[in-house]
Amino acid sequence: MITARIVFARPSDPRMSLTHPPQMRQETAASDIPAIELRGICKAFGPVQANKDISIRVRRGTIHGIVGENGAGKSTLMSILYGFYRADAGEILINGRPTEIPDSLSAIRAGIGMVFQHFKLVENFTVLENVILGAEGSALLRPSLAKARGLLKDLAREFELNVDPDALIENLSVGHQQRVEILKALYREADILILDEPTGVLTPSEADHLFRILRGLKEQGKTIILITHKLREIMDVTDDVSVMRRGEMVATRATAQTSPTELAELMVGRKVLLRVEKTPATPGEEVLRVQSLRLVDGQGVERLRGLDFTIRAGEILGIAGVAGNGQSELLEVLAGLRPATGQAWLRGAVLPLSGPGADAQTRRATAVAHVPEDRHRRGLVLNFHAWENTALGYHNDPAYNPTPWKMDNDAIIRDTSAKMAAFDVRPPDPQLKASGFSGGNQQKIVLAREIEHAPDLLLVGQPTRGVDIGAIEFIHQRLIRLRDAGAAILLVSVELDEIMALSDRIVVMFDGRIMGERLPEKTNAQELGLLMAGMA
Amino acid sequence: MDIATFVQVLDSTLRLATPLLFACLAGLISERAGVFDIGLEVKMLGAAFMAAAIAFVSGNVWIGVAAAVAGSVLMSLVHGGAAITFRGNQRISGVAINFLAAGITVVIAQNWFRQGGRTPSLSGDARMARIDLPFAENLRDVPVIGPVYHGILSGPAPLVYVAFLCVPATWYLLFRTRFGLRLRAVGENPAAVDTAGVSVIGLRFAAVAICGVLCGLAGAYLSTGLSAGFVKDMTAGRGFIALAAMIFAKWRPWQAMGAVLLFGLLEAVANRFQNIDIFGVAVPVQAMQALPYILTVVILAGFVGKAIPPRAGGAAYVKEH
Repeated sequence: MITARIVFARPSDPRMSLTHPPQMRQETAASDIPAIELRGICKAFGPVQANKDISIRVRRGTIHGIVGENGAGKSTLMSILYGFYRADAGEILINGRPTEIPDSLSAIRAGIGMVFQHFKLVENFTVLENVILGAEGSALLRPSLAKARGLLKDLAREFELNVDPDALIENLSVGHQQRVEILKALYREADILILDEPTGVLTPSEADHLFRILRGLKEQGKTIILITHKLREIMDVTDDVSVMRRGEMVATRATAQTSPTELAELMVGRKVLLRVEKTPATPGEEVLRVQSLRLVDGQGVERLRGLDFTIRAGEILGIAGVAGNGQSELLEVLAGLRPATGQAWLRGAVLPLSGPGADAQTRRATAVAHVPEDRHRRGLVLNFHAWENTALGYHNDPAYNPTPWKMDNDAIIRDTSAKMAAFDVRPPDPQLKASGFSGGNQQKIVLAREIEHAPDLLLVGQPTRGVDIGAIEFIHQRLIRLRDAGAAILLVSVELDEIMALSDRIVVMFDGRIMGERLPEKTNAQELGLLMAGMA
Repeated sequence: MDIATFVQVLDSTLRLATPLLFACLAGLISERAGVFDIGLEVKMLGAAFMAAAIAFVSGNVWIGVAAAVAGSVLMSLVHGGAAITFRGNQRISGVAINFLAAGITVVIAQNWFRQGGRTPSLSGDARMARIDLPFAENLRDVPVIGPVYHGILSGPAPLVYVAFLCVPATWYLLFRTRFGLRLRAVGENPAAVDTAGVSVIGLRFAAVAICGVLCGLAGAYLSTGLSAGFVKDMTAGRGFIALAAMIFAKWRPWQAMGAVLLFGLLEAVANRFQNIDIFGVAVPVQAMQALPYILTVVILAGFVGKAIPPRAGGAAYVKEH
C-alpha cells in the first residue's frame, strides 16, 4: 500500500482540523479564495504515474471542466479528491484550508460530493434508502426517512430533480439514477459536486436536463467539476476548463477564450481532425437485406420487433440509439451469435437466421466480419497473446494450417506483425498478451483481424468505446477506407457524433424498432435525439 | 392421530427447529452483508463441544453457553479475516474451517475426557432444562402434558424462546435500523457504502460476529438442551440444512422461521413415527429419517424458484472506480 504524504502549508494554524463542519465552511466564503486548490498532486499505481505534479484552482460558484483522453488521469485525480485513493504527495486546499482527505467520509465532511461514472447505488433499495445510506442521522430509520422525504421534495422543486422517492433504483432510467446520485450529494450538503463522465449514458435530452440542473446548482453558489471527454459539453456549460494529458495538467483556460479545436490539440498534443474526411459514398450492389427480423429473449421479452433495412456495397449504415434498445441484439443476430426469426439475404442468397448455417463460423466463411461491442468479453481473449487473438475466428484459415494436424504458429505471428504494422498497434509485439495493450490498441488488434480479411459486410459495434482521440481518428479512417474499398458496413454506436461523422445513412432504433431513417447531412443531433428517445 | 401425539410432534418440532433457526438467522445476517458462510455447520459443532465441555467442567450450563458463543465468534472472525480482510475465497475459507473444527473437536474431546471423542453426559445444572427429550427412541416415553398450547409452550429450554424472539429481532434490525440498512447495502453494493463514507470491512465484520453469536447459541442448545453432551459430528448436517432453509426463505427472517419449522416438523415426524405402514408397505425407519435431507435436496434443486442472493455476496470488496 502506498502511504499518503500530504504536506501542510501552515501546520501551526489551529483551524486546520482534518474536517470541517458545514457552518465553518460558510464563514470563509470569500469569492477570491478558490473552492478547491490542488498543489503538486502525485499518484502512482505501480510503475504507472497516473498523476504527475497536478496543480489546479477551481473558482467558487463555477462549473469547471476537466478534459482529457482515456487514461489521462482525470478520474484518478477526482478519486483522490473524494478520498477514494490517497495521493502519494501533494496538498489539497478546500476553501483555502489545507485538508487531508484519507477517505470518503472526510471528503463528505469537507463538503465534496461525487457522482461516479458507474453509479454507486444499491439497485434493490428505494431512492430514499439510497439517499440516506451512510447519512441516516439516527439509529432507527423512520425519522431519517421522513426527514429525507421532505428534503427531497424541496430539492426536486428547486433544481428540477424529480424522482419518485419510493421507486426502486433498478426500475429507474439511468437519467433518473443519476439524479439520485446528485440528490445523495446534496442531501449531504455538498458545496462541491464532482461529476465523472455524466453524459456517457444519457440521451441528448437527458443530458440537456442534467445541464439545466447543474446551472441551477451553480446559481445557488455550488461549485461543480465536470469530467468529460465531450468537448461540446465543455463549451456549452463550463466557465473554465482544464486539460489533462498523460497524467499531467497541460493547460487551464477560460471556456469563453478557447475553442474545441484548441482543446482537442491540447488533449492529444497535436492537431486532430474532429470531422472525418470522406467523399460521398458510391453505393453499389445490395449486400444485406433484412426483413421483419424479430427476436424474443430468454425472459420472453421481444427485443427486436420486426426490422427491415438494406445495406449496399460501399456504404456505412449507422444505427443510432440509446444503449439497450435492441442494437446489441441486432449485431448478435447478424453475427450468428443468437437465433432470430425473419428473413435475410446476403448478396442475394438466403442468410439463415436460425438453425444450420446461423453461426459465427459460417458467417466468417461467407465474408461477414464482426467487431463486437465488448472487446473484452467477445473480441479478445485477454489472457492470450496478440498473435493468438489474431487467429481467433480465422483459425481454420488454410494459411494458418498447412497440415491438418498442426497450426503454423510462425505464420500467424508473421501475419500478426504485418497487421500490427498496418494498424499502428503499439507496442507492435505479437507475443504480448492482449491485456497488456491499452484500450485503443486492443481495439486496433480486433479491427485489424476483421478488416484485413477483406469482408463484404462488416458488423461493427462501439468501434471507439474507451478509445483515446488519436486512435479514434485512426479507426474512423480505416472504416472509411474499407467502405471505399467496396465493403458494406453496419455501424452500431451510442456516440451520436460518431454515427453522424461516419454514416452514409442513419437508422435510429428505439425499443427494438426502427424509428426512422435519416441522411446525416439532412438531420441534426436534436432530431436524432428525439427519435432515440422514442418521440417522433 | 390422537391429540397427545400431535402435541408431542409439535413440541418436538419447536425443539428440533431451534438450532436450525439460530443457524439460519446466522447465515442470513452474514450473507445479507455479502459474506457467504458454509461454515455454519462447524461453528455449531465447535460451539456444541465448547458448551458441553465447559458446562461439564464448570457445572454451570450458562458458562458453557458463554464459552460456546466465544468459540463460535472466534471461528467467525477467522473466516472474516480470511474472507474480508485478506479477500480470500469465501467458500474455500468456509470449507477449511469446516475440516479444521470437525477434526479438532473430536481430538480435544478425546484428549480431555477420554471417552472416544465425546464429552461426558451432562446432568443437573450443566444441562439446560430438566425435560428429558434427548433422542428419538425416548420420545414416545415422555408423558403427555395437558392441552396443546400448554404442552407445546411450556417445557422447552430458554434458548428455544430466545431463538424465536430472534426472528422479529432480526427483522427489525435488518429493515428498521440504520445498521440494518447499511448491512443490506454492503451485501448488495459495497461500493455504495464505501463512497457514502461507511466502512465496508467494519460492517462485514459486525455481521460475521453476529453470525458467530447465533451459531454459538445453536451449538450450545444442541449439546446442552436438545441432548446431554457432545458426540462426534452431532450437528449432522444441520448447518447445511439451515443454509437450505435460508435460500428457501430467500434471505428473509419470517420466511426463514417458516422454513426451519418445516424442517423441524419433518425431523419430528421422522423421529415419532419410526415404523409406519402406507397401504400395507412398511416404510423403513431410515427413509423417515432421511426426510429432512431429501427435502433439502429438493429445495436446493430449484423447488424454490428464483432465489436471488445478495448481489455482492461471495466476493471481497476491492476498490475501483
